[in-house]
Amino acid sequence: MSQAVLEPDTSAARGMDLLRFATAGSVDDGKSTLIGRLLYDTKSLFSDQLEAVEAVSAARGDEYTNLALLTDGLRAEREQGITIDVAYRYFATPRRKFIIADTPGHIQYTRNMVTGASTADLALILVDARKGLVEQSRRHAFLTSLLRVPHLVLCVNKMDLVGWDKEVYDRIADEFTSFAAKLDIGDLTIIPISALDGDNIASRSEKSPWYEGPSLLHHLEHVHIASDRNLVDVRFPVQYVIRPQSTVVTDYRGYAGQVASGVLKPGDEVMVLPSGMTSTIAGIDTADGPVAEAFPPMSVTVRLADEIDISRGDMLCRPHNAPAVAQDIEAMICWMDETAPLRVGGKYAIKHTTRTARTVVRGLQYRLDVNTLHRDETADGLGLNEIGRVKLRTTVPLLADEYRRNRTTGGFILIDETTNRTVGAGMIIEAQ
Amino acid sequence: MSQTKPYRVSHLDALEAESIFVMREVMAEFERPVLLFSGGKDSIVMLRLAEKAFAPARIPFPVMHVDTGHNFPEVLEYRDTRVAELGLNLVIASVPEAIDAGLVRELPDGTRNRIQTPVLLAAVEKYRFDALFGGARRDEEKARAKERMFSFRDEFGQWDPKNQRPELWSLYNGRHHAGESIRVFPLSNWTELDVWHYIAKENIALPSIYYAHDREVVERDGMFYAVNEFITARAGEVVETRRVRYRTVGDASQTAAVLSDADTVDKVIDEVAATRITERGATRGDDKVSEAAMEDRKREGYF
Repeated sequence: MSQAVLEPDTSAARGMDLLRFATAGSVDDGKSTLIGRLLYDTKSLFSDQLEAVEAVSAARGDEYTNLALLTDGLRAEREQGITIDVAYRYFATPRRKFIIADTPGHIQYTRNMVTGASTADLALILVDARKGLVEQSRRHAFLTSLLRVPHLVLCVNKMDLVGWDKEVYDRIADEFTSFAAKLDIGDLTIIPISALDGDNIASRSEKSPWYEGPSLLHHLEHVHIASDRNLVDVRFPVQYVIRPQSTVVTDYRGYAGQVASGVLKPGDEVMVLPSGMTSTIAGIDTADGPVAEAFPPMSVTVRLADEIDISRGDMLCRPHNAPAVAQDIEAMICWMDETAPLRVGGKYAIKHTTRTARTVVRGLQYRLDVNTLHRDETADGLGLNEIGRVKLRTTVPLLADEYRRNRTTGGFILIDETTNRTVGAGMIIEAQ
Repeated sequence: MSQTKPYRVSHLDALEAESIFVMREVMAEFERPVLLFSGGKDSIVMLRLAEKAFAPARIPFPVMHVDTGHNFPEVLEYRDTRVAELGLNLVIASVPEAIDAGLVRELPDGTRNRIQTPVLLAAVEKYRFDALFGGARRDEEKARAKERMFSFRDEFGQWDPKNQRPELWSLYNGRHHAGESIRVFPLSNWTELDVWHYIAKENIALPSIYYAHDREVVERDGMFYAVNEFITARAGEVVETRRVRYRTVGDASQTAAVLSDADTVDKVIDEVAATRITERGATRGDDKVSEAAMEDRKREGYF
């Protein structure tokens, strides 16, 4: 491996920030090779891990070291040569720490991709330069937009096998760009690479003088994610009420939670939902002392000037910028349960921010074909990995925003009350 | 929280915020949580996060030590000091007591990693714990890379990797029936280096064996084992005094030291950043048994 090797992080690393990204693609696209390459080039691949993989590859008679074995950790995965589940991998450069949610391309692709994309700042899709866009590439791009991952990177891989032909790259890039335009994707970057040879991964390659963009790692290190957070709409779901039973700390009552969006400051007027009562922030506490501001993703404890009845599941917001207080919800649902389909009339537990309620499916408007984006309005249910638009009615109001405006207050999960399985993921379109 | 630019959150602050969120979720949704505290660095960091999550209140749940009886004295001493400082209730699930009571049988090779699982499960049943915080990290081991933040366990404490609940956004599904439980891993997204950076940032005291010291060791399978009441030199092995430190602290009969001069937290950080071997690969005899040793133990109810 010939690329420049980056130095691992040292004490300066305490100030770096965090980027979560999801990778999608199949083994054939070279995804595992790419991840192996990123780990290797950032010195995040350990020699005992590599030796173990080499030994297993040799024992299986693989012709080359199969880097997929790095992430396929389960016995069944090794035996069957498939990836079953999302694997999380970690690496860091002096600028950033990265969390990769590596989602398998074939098995349970939608469930796994949706899961990995739900927390991702960026999605990375691979295509094989020889094959161009395939059905799976379009599906992954669609799921990226459905989950509103702010940044998308398309890696056109195996450029070495098409002789680094600019025309091949341009054709794929043009086709993908026009497809992505229909999907409302915020930020798209396309990079020609060879994961196997390491070209345009850690540094720009001499083999593509016609390509003027960044290397993949440079892009991952520099893509601007700070403004992806919503700092406008104050949303603070109350998680837990802290009331010390102590003779040292008396009369303390703080509302613990993680800021979903917006910026909270002492002195700010806030409204408590669902009651609609208003008060003023008296202080924002952390174990390290009070803070002047709280913003996402900080976990803090808020004290209010007035004694109001507030409990888990309530939300603090601003009086003139509040989420909907709604029992009728329209949402896109991705169904994740193989044991039973979503049915109209079905009842489930719904978990939304820190609030849990029950819900009934009032209607299924359509089922979406994720490959063609065709809407089937005759569908009467959603099976595993199917996506559709539904109407829900909840037992108590949800304090909800549109998912496109707020991924935290716009997302929910459905739970089967008998099996306790997580059966669906929902993204709110409208709440009233 | 430290900030250098407006609204900037460092990766350590983001990890801390996530871990605190997870701990508060558990406290809000479960009846009887417990935190597994071994005196190892990961559980020490987890305890610090619990302290921060509920401040100014005390940590609102007990801690449990699954005690194999094969301990480093420095670690036991640390455990007891920390528990007293924080005013915690300590539950000890003792493997030697379980052997005496006939619950488990000593294995022919004397290792207790495998037999601690039934002891853990018996304690969970006795105290009816429904959520167990563990300090496991996904970067440690490939089976753990596929572990959830909230990991469902059936009434036998078993992990079924093919049947895990999807975990979306920060919405954790902790629902379970009586007798079932959830293992919760607040440090899932932390790496070994993150843990050390946090120890430095928070100025957290650790058992002294994490820092370089002189110790009598024997070299075995490429690893350096302390010579003590649990490990004696075998024929052909030479006892020598080397400068070592422990990268992980587990069962004293199974955990090896690494050669090191790192006697401060900053030197440890430099060493960890430069090392090319994983901490388990470098120090754990128990993980070298097979490719799927960890997965097999987790299926039986191990962490």
